[in-house]
Amino acid sequence: MRGGPFILVLIAVAAAIFAFGRWLDNSYAFFVAYVVVQYIVLGTAWNILGGYTGYVNFGITAFFAIGAYSSVVLHKLVPAMPLPAMIVVGGVMAGIVGVGTGYLTLRLRGVYFSIATLALAVVVQTLITNWDFVGGARGAYVLRPRTAPLIGGGYIEYLFLIMLGLCVIALATARAIERSSLGFGFAAIRDDEAAAEASGVPTLKLKLIATGLSGGFMGMAGAPLPFYVTYLDPSSGFSLNYAVNAIAMPLIGGTSSWLGPVIGAVLVGGLQEYLRVTISSAVNVLVAGVLMVVFVIIAPQGIVGLFKRKR
Amino acid sequence: MDVSLDLLMNAVISGLLLGGFYAAVSIGVAISFGMLDIVNIAHPAFILLGSYIAFIANTVLGIDPILAAVIVLPAFYLLGMAVYQVYYVAFERRDDQSLRGLSFFFGLLFIAEVGLILVFGVDYRSVNAPYIGPSLQLVLFDLPWRLLVPFLVSMVMAVGLQVFLSRSFLGRAIQAVAQDQLALQLMAANPVKIKRIAFGLSIATASLAGACLIIIQPVEPSIGREYIGRIFAICVLGGLGSFPGMIIAAMTLGIVESLTATFFGPSWAPAVAFGVLLVTLAVRPSGILGR
Amino acid sequence: MTALLHVEGLGKRFGGFVALEAIDLEVQDGERLGLIGPNGSGKSTLVNCICGTLRNETGSVSFAGEKLDGLLAHQRTRRGLGRSFQLPRPFASLSLVENLRIPILYAVNARSSGVLAGAAIDARCRDVLSQVGLAEKADRLPRDLTQIEMRKLELARAMASEPRVLIADEAMAGLSHGEVDEIIALLIRLNERGVTVVMIEHIMRAVMEFSQRLAVLVAGKKIADGVPKDVVRDPEVVRAYLGE
Repeated sequence: MRGGPFILVLIAVAAAIFAFGRWLDNSYAFFVAYVVVQYIVLGTAWNILGGYTGYVNFGITAFFAIGAYSSVVLHKLVPAMPLPAMIVVGGVMAGIVGVGTGYLTLRLRGVYFSIATLALAVVVQTLITNWDFVGGARGAYVLRPRTAPLIGGGYIEYLFLIMLGLCVIALATARAIERSSLGFGFAAIRDDEAAAEASGVPTLKLKLIATGLSGGFMGMAGAPLPFYVTYLDPSSGFSLNYAVNAIAMPLIGGTSSWLGPVIGAVLVGGLQEYLRVTISSAVNVLVAGVLMVVFVIIAPQGIVGLFKRKR
Repeated sequence: MDVSLDLLMNAVISGLLLGGFYAAVSIGVAISFGMLDIVNIAHPAFILLGSYIAFIANTVLGIDPILAAVIVLPAFYLLGMAVYQVYYVAFERRDDQSLRGLSFFFGLLFIAEVGLILVFGVDYRSVNAPYIGPSLQLVLFDLPWRLLVPFLVSMVMAVGLQVFLSRSFLGRAIQAVAQDQLALQLMAANPVKIKRIAFGLSIATASLAGACLIIIQPVEPSIGREYIGRIFAICVLGGLGSFPGMIIAAMTLGIVESLTATFFGPSWAPAVAFGVLLVTLAVRPSGILGR
Repeated sequence: MTALLHVEGLGKRFGGFVALEAIDLEVQDGERLGLIGPNGSGKSTLVNCICGTLRNETGSVSFAGEKLDGLLAHQRTRRGLGRSFQLPRPFASLSLVENLRIPILYAVNARSSGVLAGAAIDARCRDVLSQVGLAEKADRLPRDLTQIEMRKLELARAMASEPRVLIADEAMAGLSHGEVDEIIALLIRLNERGVTVVMIEHIMRAVMEFSQRLAVLVAGKKIADGVPKDVVRDPEVVRAYLGE
């Protein structure tokens, strides 16, 4: 299926899901679905740099939080700014930080990049915790509007629609990359960077593109967060859960294709919600970590890999 | 800003002592990453495990935390060997280390943190010992025993390991495997077995480091993450494969952090390690005394 | 006539170890140069420095009159320097055809002359694969190849970047007598089409058959450079490498 029709199919599926949600008229469903779709975006973003290019980014919380906190700042400065605009700003800011970190560390071995992203998460958290304008350690309250602009109904439905839109863009981007020369370049870097460089691939430039795209999408996924939770503080905004889920879901679903993060998010997200409701909210958090370790050892190609026909 | 010499000197001294402790925390990674090229980012999880074991021994049995750590040292050694075995079979043998090996350790780190929260909760835990509280008065300086004891333990550990690595047969075999695995194989030593022992040692150090940690400060499950940045900043700054370099780097970081905390406030301290790491990677990635 | 590839006073150290010392080497356009020397003499290090995988501390490399100092490996490949690796480094998750796609997409297409697209890329990949005898396995993965086929893939990938100079680093190690002949014939065909070839080898039969000129590297220094039959009789070369 070519790129154009694929986007149309995605939009059609998204529209169908949204219409179904409207018909159900259950706001709990919207809250849960928002989280799953958010993880599809986060997982896809992580996978562009991780699965496609082979560079593991542990600092997901940093980029995600940059998006979230830029919304908090924008909301305070320009209360009338529409959410889509905040998303763009959040994405750009996170993308810049990503490229910056990459520029400093991507000329070295991949593990140094990964370690730097881990440390980045702590640093961004420290900076935000010390910044009173966004509430520092005490956190910030964001008032969620009562009704949704444009479509009416509860604001959560509007948030879900926005996240669905972001998801369509992210998936379309991922698939487009897979089939393009950019995607081949990423794969060559992942498989053997020195050989890629010797074959003419401008490895640093491509890695920076991947890092910028990946960080940017994570920032965009974080931008609506303050409106979703209404109270944002560093310990929940920087929760390690986001990082583990964003990595575990593509690893479980399969890192070689755009479909992997989708499968991972739906399965693991669904399982987590089920466990949260039936057992406890502490146990559900453990699930992603345990499944990730198990899959990484036993089924490195993920669920997609289990079904892939051997060439 | 009123910079009194007294304040400055005390900041430097406590930084130095703190740096010694940081060396204890990093020594395990100096072995696993510096010598075996295994990026064990879950090392802080093992340290915290040591802290909590020391906590239980101390509150339930009244045992001194350092003593408790020494008692469970063999168990940590075995744990390290077991973890390496899994890592070897699942990743090293398949030559698929980077993405999945890192994710494996990240998963372990996360599981350990959540596991500790489930068992112990998020409250801060600390230990009691006769040396926590009083200080040693040395000339003009005030050396809290709370910092001095971990510093001394750490130095003993570092010196002990350095002697082991350079004098004993097994220690030299470990150094050999770090430099040239093939040559070692040709000399009829089994590199996998040696790496397993080395990794076991690496985790064993976490037991003592954990006891030191809970002596210096109260612990709660999420502080492991702060230490990843510190540990790798120290190992990279010191130069991989160099113990003396690592110790110098640890002292340096300790002093810089202490000065930052004294003059800019303690909430900025975690960011210092990252700054140091980034600058080192950008300017001199091989570190001070690196190979 | 200025040489196509000119290495001048090139030196490389690893810490205290001097891997290469003041290497001067000229390769003329269209030439067939052989490079021999004992293991550890620095041959692969020299290739790495010429191609930009490693950075030399002293001296310079010029290609087609342009100094390459400071240029990254991919930039040198785009200008026409191709090399195969001594230990094959295939892209493990890509099929053989896709392996060859990479240099076509990133080296050939980066040049203003003759950009390939669509089906033409696929056709070119398969053509190069059949030149090295790997046509039937074109859609398989590198893990399905024998060691010898991996070496052929390594050569094919270097050829796919359409180099003006191809440096073949021990491409024939472990091959049978017949396979060595195959590769020699392939490289000579390549040379007849205008590609300058530098052959680094231990198999003396191949080197003597192939080279118009022969250079010898021992312990990081070039100790001989000239007509092959004279070089192999040079007493220093005999002592250091060939034996009595």
